[in-house]
Amino acid sequence: MLKDITLGQYFPGDSAIHRMDPRMKLILTIIYIVGVFFISNLPGYLLALAFLYLVVRISGIKFDYLLKGVKPLRFIIIFTFVLNLFFVQGETVLFDLGFWRLTKEALENAIYFALRLVFLVMGTSVLTLTTSPVQLTDGLERLMRPLQKFHFPAHELAMMMTIALRFIPTLLEETDKIQKAQMARGADFESGNLIARAKAMIPLLVPLFVSAFRRANDLAMAMEARCYRGGDHRTRLRELKYTKLDLFGALAMAGFIALIVVEGKLLG
Amino acid sequence: MSIVIEQLNYVYMSGGPYETKALSDINLTIGDGEFIGLIGHTGSGKSTLVQHLNGLLMPSSGRILVDGLDLADKATDRRAVRRRVGLVFQYPENQLFEETVEKDIAFGPKNLGLDENEIARRVKDAMRRVALDYDELHERSVFELSGGQMRRVAIAGVLAMEPQVLVLDEPCAGLDPRGREEILSLIRNLHKEAGTTIVMVSHSMDDVASLAERVIVMNHGEVVMDGAPRDVFSCGEELRGMGLDVPQAVMLAQKLREKGYDIPEGLYRTEEIMAEIMKIAGKEAQHA
Repeated sequence: MLKDITLGQYFPGDSAIHRMDPRMKLILTIIYIVGVFFISNLPGYLLALAFLYLVVRISGIKFDYLLKGVKPLRFIIIFTFVLNLFFVQGETVLFDLGFWRLTKEALENAIYFALRLVFLVMGTSVLTLTTSPVQLTDGLERLMRPLQKFHFPAHELAMMMTIALRFIPTLLEETDKIQKAQMARGADFESGNLIARAKAMIPLLVPLFVSAFRRANDLAMAMEARCYRGGDHRTRLRELKYTKLDLFGALAMAGFIALIVVEGKLLG
Repeated sequence: MSIVIEQLNYVYMSGGPYETKALSDINLTIGDGEFIGLIGHTGSGKSTLVQHLNGLLMPSSGRILVDGLDLADKATDRRAVRRRVGLVFQYPENQLFEETVEKDIAFGPKNLGLDENEIARRVKDAMRRVALDYDELHERSVFELSGGQMRRVAIAGVLAMEPQVLVLDEPCAGLDPRGREEILSLIRNLHKEAGTTIVMVSHSMDDVASLAERVIVMNHGEVVMDGAPRDVFSCGEELRGMGLDVPQAVMLAQKLREKGYDIPEGLYRTEEIMAEIMKIAGKEAQHA
């Protein structure tokens, strides 16, 4: 199950999308998501899908892979859909069951919200699939640097994110190993009621915490041994640079936003 | 009880960008009471193979029969298999979690649904086998023990399930020489006294040479050699080509032979080779 989550997984490659500056990709992803949230008719979503499909094609990632990333979130999406069906008030009644009536507005709202969530996940997936975690945090740090004037710990935050991302696979591997070791001793993680299952997690969680703390301690020592003392006056091995690609990317996104604005005005 | 592996293949992350074939076409039969040393460099597929032996990994294709139970069949009761085949992971002390040594060792037998008297008997028995003093240690916290003791508690936790086959993945990794010797001697005793079938994965050719009766060599997910230690360790060149080596005593014997000393080929145990060297030294002393 855990392996199915594409969000946060990096798919190495050398496409134009991969080579774009992470700062630009971050900004464009945010613009794309905000844009998608303003769309309120089906042709607009077709445009958003077409744009996304184009970007994915250029990046060389299989579109199926992106769809797979939505799968673990299907329950949240269905839940939002149903919630909207029930709680949005509207005028045009499609059918009436007495205690509850389905209105056109509720149905539209439900569909749009579900679509927005799907696009949100797919859009951010494109970002993380084409940007290595290190680049991503580099980009974030650089984007947040102006905030340092207001004592916002941009570097520390980025470092924490890098470390957290770095340790996700390690801890997953560790979890897998401990789980297997306990299963070899007859532990059962799959059956029983909720309480039994929660109890079955103890043999997994205790060793996992012990090892996570040990790793944190080791890492802190290793960082100190290499004289790490925070972000001040640190220079970088790879300076981020905007290139023509980023200009193209920005223009393409501007075009897309213009299209959906025009389309929204035309179709209301 | 025997384990039969037929045409076993295993693929990691099938379909994704990182797809890797970890095992290809493995055919093996592990007989009752054998002591097998499984060697291969890092990433050769040893650990993947041993995780198949008690159904922790499902084969991508092929069959594994443990005592007639087919592990590739989803309907097979995995717990029945895990009761027969005990698996001690690398750095098994990382799996300890209970408040006391006794409770931790009892975790396995408890999962088997045994009654309390039987569990208590097994805990005592397992602690005796790994040379831990029950009276002194059973109420201690597992996290206060020394590294070597923790390792032995973890091994006891698997032994308490009383498996007929014990698989150990690098049981001596990271231990000091004394801890290593203690673990090796407890494995030797298990095999001798209880007649447990042992599969020991190891990087140390010396450990394998001193214990195993059969050596299986893996490389790139395939079994490349399978035979008596005498035969496997006489193929020094091939082993070195795979990032492995021969035991140190065999290396010494080889060097002495090159210098013109008469040491017969095919010896691999430290004691055997030492005896030969003493013989030659004795002769030379007489001549002098």
